[in-house]
Amino acid sequence: MNSKSNTNLQDLYTTMKRIRVFEERVAELFVRGETAGSMLHLSIGEELGPACVTKAMIDGDTFTTHHRGHGIFLARGGDPDKMMAEIAGKKDGYCKGKGGSMHIADMSLGHLGANAIVGGGIPTVVGAALSYKYLNKKNVSIAFFGDGAMQQGILYESMNMAALWKLPVVFCCINNQYGMGTKIDDAVAVKDFSLRAKSFGLECLHVNHLDAEKAYTDIKEIVDNTRNNKPSFIEVECYRFYGHARKDKSPYRNEDEEIENRKLDPIAFAKENILTQNILNEEEIKSIDMTVDKEMDVSMNYAINSPLNVESEIFTDVYDKSYTIESVDSRINNILKNK
Amino acid sequence: MKIPEQDFFEKITFRDALRLAMYDEMKDDKNVIILGEDVAKYGGAYGATKNLLEQFGSDRVIDTPISEPTIVGTAIGAAMTGLKPIAELMYVDFFGMSMDQIGNQSAKIRYMFGGQISVPMVIRTQGGTGRSGGAQHSQSLESWIMYIPGLYLVMPSNPNDAYHLLRDSLQTNTPTVFIEHKLLYNFEGPLDKKNKVQFGKANILNEGNSISIIAYSRMTNFAVEAAKKLKEENISAEIIDLRTLNPLDKNTIINSVKKTRHALVLSEGHYTTGVASEITSIIFENCFKVLKKPVIRYTAEDTPVPVAPNLEKNYVPTVDRIVDYAKKIIT
Repeated sequence: MNSKSNTNLQDLYTTMKRIRVFEERVAELFVRGETAGSMLHLSIGEELGPACVTKAMIDGDTFTTHHRGHGIFLARGGDPDKMMAEIAGKKDGYCKGKGGSMHIADMSLGHLGANAIVGGGIPTVVGAALSYKYLNKKNVSIAFFGDGAMQQGILYESMNMAALWKLPVVFCCINNQYGMGTKIDDAVAVKDFSLRAKSFGLECLHVNHLDAEKAYTDIKEIVDNTRNNKPSFIEVECYRFYGHARKDKSPYRNEDEEIENRKLDPIAFAKENILTQNILNEEEIKSIDMTVDKEMDVSMNYAINSPLNVESEIFTDVYDKSYTIESVDSRINNILKNK
Repeated sequence: MKIPEQDFFEKITFRDALRLAMYDEMKDDKNVIILGEDVAKYGGAYGATKNLLEQFGSDRVIDTPISEPTIVGTAIGAAMTGLKPIAELMYVDFFGMSMDQIGNQSAKIRYMFGGQISVPMVIRTQGGTGRSGGAQHSQSLESWIMYIPGLYLVMPSNPNDAYHLLRDSLQTNTPTVFIEHKLLYNFEGPLDKKNKVQFGKANILNEGNSISIIAYSRMTNFAVEAAKKLKEENISAEIIDLRTLNPLDKNTIINSVKKTRHALVLSEGHYTTGVASEITSIIFENCFKVLKKPVIRYTAEDTPVPVAPNLEKNYVPTVDRIVDYAKKIIT
């Protein structure tokens, strides 16, 4: 075992742990009534894909995510304070509280936006990759989406265009087995998604194991290859440990299934590997866990203490600055004044 | 065919004015690209992008597969990463395919992301009746766009406005939907590149005192024809060409109606919840005290567009009936 791969596994463990605890604190924020609504889609159980794919990204790469995108953004370097504040709908959030959990973005990190329309952010990366090819940049643009989006037509338009124009696009499906409450078996006839991607001419990688280190090596290889204008498709199979959104108690699946599948925990698996390979001992892992816990507690409190936005923010950021929007109240009062 | 370089044209078609606008923008800014179905080798279904492939190459004038949602989506991603795309949708009716990308994505990106980024792109498309295209190739769907905050909406009526407003649309930093009327491509008029048009300002084409006729796109030309006939009967109609529906120049409309105290609103869209309904409301709200008659909106029927030429012609406003209604309103 060389030291570099030791570092990789340790990094991946830390990233996955940060995602897990971040999501747990989001859940806590919700229970405490501090979130903006309940449309919060947690990625607990799905940490492996985001951790590995974002680790393969370089400066200037861009990405879009689906509505279950907290983990991807955090793994790419998102500031948990500003993320949590956005989820709480507060002024200090990434989008001033106007986007929230499902529309979070950060241009400085290449996050071209989370999306609340299934498949909606996929063609964005085709356009970004078109820019990179035209501007001669060695960057890739990555669309993250779930198995639900595998059933949206726009994905196949995008796959076709990316392949036709040889664009540096990675289509990354985080397959958590559920589109809201509908299990994949009830949504598709053929579950081998790479068959579809291959037929468009994309390079394909299917990850269906819990070995983060191996997943990262394979993913890095295909992402690097994509930089040479060879678009690719990555599917990471996993299991959504909890309900679709915060108010979903998962009535469509039984407890046995959940208990069984929660054993497929990428974090527990990574921890075991770290211990067996003597990369870190129990104490050292505990120390990482405590640091993460503390970090996310601080972020949660940051969100709680962040101020609300002023009401005039309703009217900003719609058009370019030359355009002013008159409020409904002002319009009504003007009409009544002139009657 | 060579693209003419002079600044003034006594006569140029609407189509060539658009082509010149794209040519000049692309010459000035290497980040402007065009993508759409048949825009390159074919030159555009209505010929607006003819010869641009030869001028700028296939990296900048890009034929796409028939995938309207992703044509718009690709333009969005390109606009977010440094380019200025012009995406052509061959028919406005294809909004049905691409509305998620237009309405849920391009229009909302700046707002949802708290003003972090703009989406400087133009969707050029074409609509309206007149070629027996039927219910799926002849609609006027501008109200779909006007309803959505975050999109500019431009519908010019003549070559000079088309040239300047298309160039302005690319400078606005806001996603802009630019709808051309299919029967205007051969419409001729002067073009003066130096005589800029103020984006968002309506144009008073014909000053008058008896009635305000408010129109846009091809209906402006119908209104001008009608005004000539009304003049023969000593009725002086004021014609307002809105040019941009968002921003909408409410002041010009209101000031005109306050002067004439009568208003007729024209549109090729439907009667119900169309652009004309909105303008009618604005006039009622702001000119209630001075109006001598109810505001009349004269529009297309509340039916799908028929194919048969005789039906199609009477499905939308006609010049004769514009004259007739104007006379009835003021008497």
